[in-house]
Amino acid sequence: MADTSPAPNEAHAGTAPMVVARSVRKHYGAIHAVDGIDLDIRQGELFGLIGHNGAGKSTLFKMMLGLIPITSGEIRIDGAAVHGADFRAVRRSVGYLPENVVLYDNLTGLETLHFFARLKRVPPQQAMAVLERVGLAHAAKRRVREYSKGMRQRLGFAQALLGTPRILFLDEPTTGLDPEAIRGFYAILRQLRSEGVTMVITSHILAEIQERVDRLAIMSAGRIQACGTVQALREAMDLPLSFTVRVAPEDFATVRAALGHLPVSSIEAGETHVTVQCRRDAKMAVIDALARLDDRVLDLAIHEPSLEDVFFGFAD
Amino acid sequence: MEIAQITTIAGKEFWDRVRNRWVLAVALIFTAFALVIAYFGAAQQGAVGFRSIEVTIASLVSLVIYLIPLIALVLGFDAIVGERERGSLDLLLSMPITRGELLLGKYLGLAGALAFSTITGFGLVALVLSAQLDLNALFHYFGFMASSVLLGCAFLSLAVMLSAFAADRTRASGLAIALWFFFVLVFDLLLLGALVVSGGQWGGELFPYLLLLNPADVFRILNIFSLEDVRTLYGLATVFPPTLAQPWLLGLVMLGWIVLPLAVATWRFRR
Repeated sequence: MADTSPAPNEAHAGTAPMVVARSVRKHYGAIHAVDGIDLDIRQGELFGLIGHNGAGKSTLFKMMLGLIPITSGEIRIDGAAVHGADFRAVRRSVGYLPENVVLYDNLTGLETLHFFARLKRVPPQQAMAVLERVGLAHAAKRRVREYSKGMRQRLGFAQALLGTPRILFLDEPTTGLDPEAIRGFYAILRQLRSEGVTMVITSHILAEIQERVDRLAIMSAGRIQACGTVQALREAMDLPLSFTVRVAPEDFATVRAALGHLPVSSIEAGETHVTVQCRRDAKMAVIDALARLDDRVLDLAIHEPSLEDVFFGFAD
Repeated sequence: MEIAQITTIAGKEFWDRVRNRWVLAVALIFTAFALVIAYFGAAQQGAVGFRSIEVTIASLVSLVIYLIPLIALVLGFDAIVGERERGSLDLLLSMPITRGELLLGKYLGLAGALAFSTITGFGLVALVLSAQLDLNALFHYFGFMASSVLLGCAFLSLAVMLSAFAADRTRASGLAIALWFFFVLVFDLLLLGALVVSGGQWGGELFPYLLLLNPADVFRILNIFSLEDVRTLYGLATVFPPTLAQPWLLGLVMLGWIVLPLAVATWRFRR
């Protein structure tokens, strides 16, 4: 397992952890859905949880929310054990958006929020402000049954924002949102993070989460296989970098010769370019060698390994 | 236990049933049946029109004993399993509410809707008949209404209990129908069968007490024993010990039929 690197969100670094999991297990008979997880998520952190279906993400989420009992181990949210008597008070400052959120079709958007506001002991007047924040004010008085999937998702997000949540659990929150709505959604998350709200988010759209989370954990077979910043995970994996070097076909051999003495793992010639793969620590040497070829290099692109590469590297 | 959380859930359940016209529909069914029975109950004997409150109530009892358990079971069978199957239960339980509060809130909201329908439905008939009813008759009629509410609450409690146990809605609905068959149709036949087969040897002494094991029978006894003229008609006076035939005692038994299944449901739901 990769080292857990510190959260990059310096403003809240050093504050007490909002989520602490110690040796958490969830067994259903012989099936070990979650099999010994240790995790610390600090206040103000935007933390991503990724993994294949059945990796144990949702089970872990549900245990963190106290929805299902823990077989062994302990989870503390904001200092309170999830199955302790004082967790009820903590729930008031927890927002949860389940995967494929199901709301009540017969209520309007506003009535839905009034209902959840009453359960959270939040003044109902807040409902309209929250609807405005997620861009649903115009549909406040329409029945949820008339909402599109994206609108339902935004309403689900709105109920999670009721009150002054200190921590948000968002399970696949951008499902059904169009690209513009996804941008708007992450703008709200950035705003919340600047207010010190801790967020735990799962997503299957890895490219989307990769740009936005402070740290992430990769889950597979009920365990956390790796945890850290995207950069730290890339380095830990030591995945090869890839260069696309555009040169005239007659210069292919020159490129090959220039890089021959460097620790490159492969050099392949295409129709208009050469693809070079090398280890991360050879990156500067390769750039230097290509720079010496002057204007024979027509163009150059460097490809960092994506989180998908990291993800499949760890999780398979 | 926080009352505010219970009333929030109960309020939602109640208003859901008002909004989707469930309350109105059930109240209208009760009114229609009660009026038809009050005015045309004796049509087979060639007479039409209101006769006496005793006969009217006796006819209503035999109708209500089928209808109310069915309505209550249909109303409550998906209270918990429905939320679970739709996927809305996790979100509800992530709120600052306990499982006990959620279950009680759901029960009270549904019971409120059922009680409101029963009282308005039959109450409307009491208003229509009020010119023909003296104080004593009105008292009996209100007794019938109150016991109908209790009968509904008892079967609703059973419905919520099976809803907490059932794995899915389909099984819950099947169990609800089975429960209705058992208590409304099979139970009395089994008792009578045992009595007849054993030539009265088995269960004779026990018989009245065994009737208390069925809320539908408690409801029937509660109404018959409050009507002096009809009790002899049914012949039950001979088998039922007067010490047991106290309305308050039978009311308590009915309360037990409400509390016990709810307690079992809460125990199950918390696991």
